[in-house]
Amino acid sequence: MFELSPAEWEAVRLSLKVGFWSTAFSLPVGFFLAYVLARREFPLKSLLNGLVYLPLVLPPVVTGLILLMLFGTQGPAGKFLESVFGVTIAFRWTGAALAAAIMGLPLMVRAMRLSIEAVDTRLEHAARTLGASWWRAFFTVTLPLSLPGIIAGAILSFAKSFGEFGATITFVSNIPGETQTLPIAIYSFLQTPNGEGPAVRLAILSVVVSMAAIVGAEWMERRVTRRLRPA
Amino acid sequence: MSFDIDVVCSRGDFELAVAFQAGPGLTVLFGPSGAGKTSILNMIAGVLKPTRGRIAADGQVLFDSATRTDLKPEHRRVGYIFQDARLFPHLSVEQNLLYGYKLAPEAGRYAAPDHIIPLLGIGHLLERRPLSLSGGEQQRVAIGRAILASPRLLLMDEPLASLDDARKQEILPYIERLRDGLKIPILYVTHARAEVDRLAAAVIRIEGGKVVA
Repeated sequence: MFELSPAEWEAVRLSLKVGFWSTAFSLPVGFFLAYVLARREFPLKSLLNGLVYLPLVLPPVVTGLILLMLFGTQGPAGKFLESVFGVTIAFRWTGAALAAAIMGLPLMVRAMRLSIEAVDTRLEHAARTLGASWWRAFFTVTLPLSLPGIIAGAILSFAKSFGEFGATITFVSNIPGETQTLPIAIYSFLQTPNGEGPAVRLAILSVVVSMAAIVGAEWMERRVTRRLRPA
Repeated sequence: MSFDIDVVCSRGDFELAVAFQAGPGLTVLFGPSGAGKTSILNMIAGVLKPTRGRIAADGQVLFDSATRTDLKPEHRRVGYIFQDARLFPHLSVEQNLLYGYKLAPEAGRYAAPDHIIPLLGIGHLLERRPLSLSGGEQQRVAIGRAILASPRLLLMDEPLASLDDARKQEILPYIERLRDGLKIPILYVTHARAEVDRLAAAVIRIEGGKVVA
């Protein structure tokens, strides 16, 4: 039952690749957004907040359509990437990674933002009066204390990227070996006769990965709260 | 060494306008809660910006609105002991103690761990995590951490307020030892009469954001 066919392996491998790169690129962006939203006041902050969380509530097909209009071969961002860097992301796995990153960003930012907000700014002030520059206080106090939340955010973003469907299929379509990630492969198997077996196998795999990610993220979040409160 | 402040800080309806000087030894800032005592310490430490005025310690200007001088907290060499110890929870007691020590310019270091750690009686706690310590122990570590950064001025913001009476009696002798052993000015904020009587060389009364005679 759990022998995966080469085609199924292909989808799993692709999903892992998309998940890895989408998380790797989201990390710095997500952390910057989380920090700014947690610690800074500026005009249009609620607009930025709304944009970051929008993919969470927007129908994924709409997010995919927006990406297609912006990053498609005829879209402004797509044309820019093509002419300046010679890069096309529409209908490529890199496009799948971009769609996954956008869909995972709200989850990542939320986890990171909560953990940054949990770090007492008065500890940072204490570090400054002891002679630490802003950067040193950031790297020796803020970052280590919010690290479990950062890791939790990365895990959630990875899990979301690993299984993203709607925006991905809208933006980069369903190309085996290139953009056919695990959930898209499940969908395709269901469209073919006798496809239920492979579909269910991949579905179980997907449940296991998602569950592991949620448990891992929860565990990390508990660690951050335990470290910041008296035992 | 001496210390000089003359600042105004407006926030909403509340205006803080204080001017005083302090010499070596312990000066108490005494007054009711909400009088602005902690804000004064925060302005000296550089975590709260005065609206205008001048702050100088040991001949160096820390803040002067006229010349737009505003040294960053890390360049002021002002030690700050808070009501809550504010130890770094992810570091051991020893790492906490040495945090500022390692950052202090070597030429300006006058406090050595070999001297300060026994003085505060915290040698047996070095491997522990701050959250496993009692309130009194935490506050002694916080005092040690601030002193080891070799500050030229020490701020203490109600360091005993969150402790019970037994713990207060435990800490007071250490504060007296520091007062007598260090040659730097100490500004000590409290609203407890008993601490004023026991510790103060000079008292400055603060009420409603003003110094009252």
